[in-house]
Amino acid sequence: MHGYANPARFLRLARWLTPLLLVTGLVLTGIALAWALLAAPAERLQGDSAKILFVHVPAAWLGMGGWSALAIASLTELVWRHPLAAIGARAVALPGAFFSALCLATGSLWGRPAWGTWWVWDGRLTSMLVLLFLYLAYIALAEAADRDSQGSGQSRIPAIFGLVGAINIPIIHYSVLWWNSLHQPPSIAVGKSAMAPVFLYGLLAASLGFSLIFGGVVLARMRAILANSQAEARLRRKAMELEDA
Amino acid sequence: MTITPMKAKHQRLVLALIALVALIGAGVLAAWALRSQASFFYLPADYSANPPEAGRAVRLGGMVEKGSIKTAPDGVTITFVIHDDKARVPVTFRGIVPDLFVEGSGAVAEGRRQPDGTFRADNVLAKHDENYVPREMKDMTTEQARQAIEETS
Repeated sequence: MHGYANPARFLRLARWLTPLLLVTGLVLTGIALAWALLAAPAERLQGDSAKILFVHVPAAWLGMGGWSALAIASLTELVWRHPLAAIGARAVALPGAFFSALCLATGSLWGRPAWGTWWVWDGRLTSMLVLLFLYLAYIALAEAADRDSQGSGQSRIPAIFGLVGAINIPIIHYSVLWWNSLHQPPSIAVGKSAMAPVFLYGLLAASLGFSLIFGGVVLARMRAILANSQAEARLRRKAMELEDA
Repeated sequence: MTITPMKAKHQRLVLALIALVALIGAGVLAAWALRSQASFFYLPADYSANPPEAGRAVRLGGMVEKGSIKTAPDGVTITFVIHDDKARVPVTFRGIVPDLFVEGSGAVAEGRRQPDGTFRADNVLAKHDENYVPREMKDMTTEQARQAIEETS
């Protein structure tokens, strides 16, 4: 469990894994989206506008998956005091917020031709907007709390917020099942799909590609946070030496 | 027998799990309380059983009955019927409908109940279902398309 508590071991792994994830992710996403635009068939009722699902759906999954990872990292931080968990949770917040915003933006663009409206306050759209606000709140809280902790490392307050915010994830998922909503119920569940295979495989490829990019960005941000705190620690040591001299 | 004190790690785990269970419980309770209030629209069955007061802004959602869309002589007013398996409500609407608004498909009408029980819509939104099927399969009905997907996947 604490095998990677030593940042040196983690950094050795992340050094080659970061570019690997980013490059394969970009290539796979590029291929999937080029295929979606150029070769994928038009949808029966919606025509070409349904192709936005190859961005919208992975963005939604990653927005929700990001907070799930953030909540697990928060739990690990609170219970096992794993030093990388706090850094991991902070690293996930920004890409998570980005993909939630991307999901809302593409959904809005899709809603206009499909439903006839940019936005409605139904359960699914509202709970997804709440997720974006939770990410922004987490980022602000972590910034403020870490600044106040005065070099004693990462504050544990954001981890509590990360756990509490996890309640929104099942609400997003079940919003279209519990309540009547304009958004349709999920097309894909484990073992069955209401999506024709040609769309399904394209979607899975795009999702894998976006997920690899997400992972690469998280690793890059973890490395940046670690480098930052090392630089700060060095500066503090220098300052103390100067005071002693 | 002495009670051995829990390791700090286990104590934290138990505390975190209790907090998590309480949170999920609170969330489920809140969602349960909201189950009727947080719905986006009335189904025809609710609408007929507990009609909202006439003139209050509400939404009515369901399927557009096959063969029910009729254009009035003025060319911009349409009438159609929104139904579910229990009730049917006639709707009038003056304006432009989205492309996906077709008979046999889902729709949500925003507007007001009229004193005679019909519905006057100010805006009509189309719902689409969870099926995604290529154009080549467009002559199939939704049921046939679903079957074709199940056979090939």
